[in-house]
Amino acid sequence: MKEIEFFVDLIFVNAKGWCLDLLGHFLPDWTVVLVSIIISAVVIMVLGPLVMMYLTLLERKVIGRIQNRYGPNRVGKWGLLQPIADGIKMFTKEDIVPAQADKIIHFLAPVIIVIPALMVFLVVPFGERMTAVNLNIGLLYFIAVSSITTIPIFMGSWASRNKYSLLGGMRTAAQMISYEVPMTLSVVPVIMMSQSLSTNTIVMTQAGDMDLHWFVFTPWGLVGFVIFFLCAVAECNRPPFDLPEAESELVAGFHTEYSGMKFALFYMAEYMNAFTLCGIATTLFLGGWQGPLFPSWLWFFGKTFLLICVMIWFRGTFPRFRVDQLMGFAWKFLLPLTLINIPVAALWFFVPEQLAWIYSVPILAVSLWGLVKLNRSFVPEKRIYPLAD
Amino acid sequence: MTLFGTGVLKGLIVTLKNFATSYFRKPDNGGIFTVQYPEERAKEIESFRNFPFLVYDGTPEKIRCVACGICERECPPKCIHIVMETEAGTGKPAKRPAVFEIDYGLCMNCGMCEDVCPFDSIYMDHAFEVTASDRTQELVRPKETLLKSNDYFLKIRPGTATPVDQKRRAAEEKKKTAQAAATPPKTNP
Repeated sequence: MKEIEFFVDLIFVNAKGWCLDLLGHFLPDWTVVLVSIIISAVVIMVLGPLVMMYLTLLERKVIGRIQNRYGPNRVGKWGLLQPIADGIKMFTKEDIVPAQADKIIHFLAPVIIVIPALMVFLVVPFGERMTAVNLNIGLLYFIAVSSITTIPIFMGSWASRNKYSLLGGMRTAAQMISYEVPMTLSVVPVIMMSQSLSTNTIVMTQAGDMDLHWFVFTPWGLVGFVIFFLCAVAECNRPPFDLPEAESELVAGFHTEYSGMKFALFYMAEYMNAFTLCGIATTLFLGGWQGPLFPSWLWFFGKTFLLICVMIWFRGTFPRFRVDQLMGFAWKFLLPLTLINIPVAALWFFVPEQLAWIYSVPILAVSLWGLVKLNRSFVPEKRIYPLAD
Repeated sequence: MTLFGTGVLKGLIVTLKNFATSYFRKPDNGGIFTVQYPEERAKEIESFRNFPFLVYDGTPEKIRCVACGICERECPPKCIHIVMETEAGTGKPAKRPAVFEIDYGLCMNCGMCEDVCPFDSIYMDHAFEVTASDRTQELVRPKETLLKSNDYFLKIRPGTATPVDQKRRAAEEKKKTAQAAATPPKTNP
């Protein structure tokens, strides 16, 4: 029984191993290393766009159900071929570049934006021994690379020479830089607990207790997870934080002047970012591929898609933030809460568990309550409408 | 004071409920209200109107239209074309249309022809699946395709057709009695 479980767990790792073994009989050793790298790279290069394609379908289906209609269900069974049809349509579209645009930067922006989105996949642990590159600074790498996304978005918006695009770009820069701060700080307790920046090690430290020793089941982990997830939603510009591309205000924001495949590349980057951010949230707080009964990769993808579904659910529910509310939420609410969360995590590390629960829950609850009180917007008792009469 | 975030959670629950109930509820009960057209059809509403058709009683020869041309004049987009038939021998007008054409490409489905027709002849149809491979020729429907029986009219629009039928029958009766009164029995010396 244990052996079967082990076999299913490592099925992809073993498949790659067999391939390399087979090649090892014919090819010199250094090519085998090269092939190993290429296999990992190809898997990621295929996985990224594939995930993006089917996320669009999933999103359209779920949003449809939320709004009491079927999503796309005509192309193939349950609309499963819809992403392919969309792709073909995208390829046949005319590529329009505005006459006044900065041609080179306008072209480079959608190309560059996909690169960090794909690079992030390297450190995502998809399953047991299924991290493409087990970097010892994996988390730092993730935070550094994913924050590059701001630059191509701003490049695209600036090069378009369009007011709407530029406004979208400005908003992106402001929003993504603001939300990077609480996001990074919300990760700090996890690093403190696992004493490592390697994503693999972080998952390993969440093992034990039926493989359910996840960080999210602790008070600091829950707070950190909620903050990280909200920041993740903001980082990939998804509703309710979709100010950079607010279609009711800015046409399409930073990608107003993009069409065809360039536009699709922006979308691809956005959805791949959504996937990797959910994957990293899973890794950091939901125990990554840890979990009872099912194989590790199934646990990882299950949790990640659950988080993505929550993102879609958010999109189907919430109206967009106002700009000042957005910035206020990051700097006046999330940031202080993360700063309180870090000492609480430190307390948890040094104090025995029962005592730590008794300490940390009230501290977090009181600080949450205080921050809510401090963030209350002033609403006068009786509204005065000078122009109404 | 309500707890912080309850409004957000309430909203999330509403959408989650919508998502879940869309799988098993009926459309009138908060389920999916999309009608998947080619496979299933929406319920036909009696007062629904699309393109006009001509009514005949019994056989297509007994056409109600007398080619008076009122609808032709009243039609806002001028999509009706009528030529009155003449008697073969005498050349007198025969009170029958020789040509009655409606250009479905022009028709704007207003139903004014139905309103103005004094002979209860032209009515709006329910058939909406009208296609043609050509914009100028095939959409001009001749008399032969426009003619539909009174039974069909009674079937699709009983609310309009039944009173019309009663009215026509009453008028016929009256005409008969008037004729009977006008022509005195021949037995009189």
